[in-house]
Amino acid sequence: MSTFEEVESRVHVPLTTPRLPRVAPILVGVMAVALGGLVVVLGASIFVGVLAAAVTFLVALPGWSYGVEGRRAAVDRLMTALIWSAFGVAVVPLVSLLWQVVSSGIERIDGTFLTYSAFRTQIDQPTGIYHAIIGTLMITLGAALISVPIGVLAAIYLVEYGNKNRLSRSITFLVDVMTGIPSIVAGLFAFALFTLMFGPAYVSGFGGSVALSLLMIPIVVRATEEMLMLVPSDLREASYALGTPKWRTIMKVVIPTALGGILTGITLAISRIIGETAPLLLIAGAATKTNFNLFDGGMTTLPVYIYTERLDGSDEAKLNAWGAALVLIVIVMLLNLVARLVGRLFAPSKG
Amino acid sequence: MARSIDVSDVNIYYGDFLAVQGVNMTIRARAVTAFIGPSGCGKSTFLRSLNRMHELIPGARVEGKIVVDGQDLYDANIDPVAVRRQIGMVFQRPNPFPTMSIYDNVLAGNKLNAKRMKKSEADAIVEKSLRGANLWNEVKDRLNKPGMGLSGGQQQRLCIARAIAVEPQVLLMDEPCSALDPISTSAIEDLIHELKSDYTIVIVTHNMQQAARVSDETGFFNLKATGEPGHLVEFNPTTKMFASPDNPATEAYISGRFG
Repeated sequence: MSTFEEVESRVHVPLTTPRLPRVAPILVGVMAVALGGLVVVLGASIFVGVLAAAVTFLVALPGWSYGVEGRRAAVDRLMTALIWSAFGVAVVPLVSLLWQVVSSGIERIDGTFLTYSAFRTQIDQPTGIYHAIIGTLMITLGAALISVPIGVLAAIYLVEYGNKNRLSRSITFLVDVMTGIPSIVAGLFAFALFTLMFGPAYVSGFGGSVALSLLMIPIVVRATEEMLMLVPSDLREASYALGTPKWRTIMKVVIPTALGGILTGITLAISRIIGETAPLLLIAGAATKTNFNLFDGGMTTLPVYIYTERLDGSDEAKLNAWGAALVLIVIVMLLNLVARLVGRLFAPSKG
Repeated sequence: MARSIDVSDVNIYYGDFLAVQGVNMTIRARAVTAFIGPSGCGKSTFLRSLNRMHELIPGARVEGKIVVDGQDLYDANIDPVAVRRQIGMVFQRPNPFPTMSIYDNVLAGNKLNAKRMKKSEADAIVEKSLRGANLWNEVKDRLNKPGMGLSGGQQQRLCIARAIAVEPQVLLMDEPCSALDPISTSAIEDLIHELKSDYTIVIVTHNMQQAARVSDETGFFNLKATGEPGHLVEFNPTTKMFASPDNPATEAYISGRFG
């Protein structure tokens, strides 16, 4: 009987296959590193050594696996190794950059550095970056105050009222274009605008805020738009079915539901523009004194301070630049932490 | 409080596509009216046109007359927001507001319309609505917990409580039990029985046993063919509909001999 033979033949499909020992990747890894070390000892550069180790690992482990485990497992091991390598390549510069900034900048950080400006009233007075911290915070706050209302309201129009009509599609297109404009162009725009309005040689922190807001608005629009689109239309319908007008539905149902995401997007947009240098060089000028007036006189921000100190080139200035860079990174990191916290705090909760 | 609905010559469109054609019926006050029919025949579309939710879809429009309390809902002077306050709706999938507690969900209709009220008044509305929706005993100790934390059946009853908290004249239900298990379904069917003494209820269902159990009158919608508009085949008291329907197509559908 043919059916009997079929059943008979299926019984023998083996479900177990030979596997490499669990320590195989470690074993191969150690061997690869040893080989890389040997290459370095023989006189090659560190880079060549690392490359040799990586290639050895990528060839040896899948090769061994192919011999023992078969083709599918070998491909799996090769892909796993490649993905880990890509991860390593992405992380190494990041870690090395952080290490460089922290190790070079930490020795300059002290109370004096953080609380004194670069303006000396006496010849032996210590200097610091207080003026640049204040400048960064004020210009960024100004940019956020301009960008957040415009960006959030534009996104509300696009998602809730636009209905993909011609106006909303052209706004979306322009926002995408704005995401790509070079920051120096934003600076030139603000420079031209304020020169036209207040005459030549006008500098102020507010001009910097305007330039930065040009860079920030598209990011806020995009982030808010994505978050609003994630709000299920079920909720809007539920609200309409209760006899709620559209604007109130948006205010009380749609925005609260998306609030966590919107705030996260805004915070990330802020940490994106806080490190801008080029536009501020054009319009915000520079100052060694602490300037609390956003609308009058030059203002130095941390990136601009780093740039000018680096141009100076003296050992002390270089050290100042590293210290300021560390402070800037810490500020950005704090902002990101705040963004995560805020996102979690406002996320719709369950249970 | 409850009102009847007179529907005459209603055509419903999505853009240029005629989805439902030539519906005439009178929906009685203080009774449950069920709509049955195959998928895509326009039952839900028709239901949504009864409180002007249909027009929220871009390009959608309605022709004909739907008269409630002597007023044509599609008259140019009618405010759709006011219509929806009088004609509430419960949806297929439970959709409590995720940012609000159980308490706030029930009061959503009042709060969203910026009605100011005293705490005691608000408490009374919440308790009355939750009792009305048979949910009070299950949630009275956790009114400040998020509405999303409830089970599916409880969430649906929360949505019913939310809909009746604004005291509408008519309650529309679009397959309210299709996402629920038999026990929650039975709880909601009991609730429909109780609610019909105060409200005019219109329910869309795919479950013919459910239509037979809960409704006083039944409308059968059908399509002539795919791509053709849906239409009302028969509208009769439920007992007659399920015992001796006028139209052979209705009998074929109800007895499962649908082709």
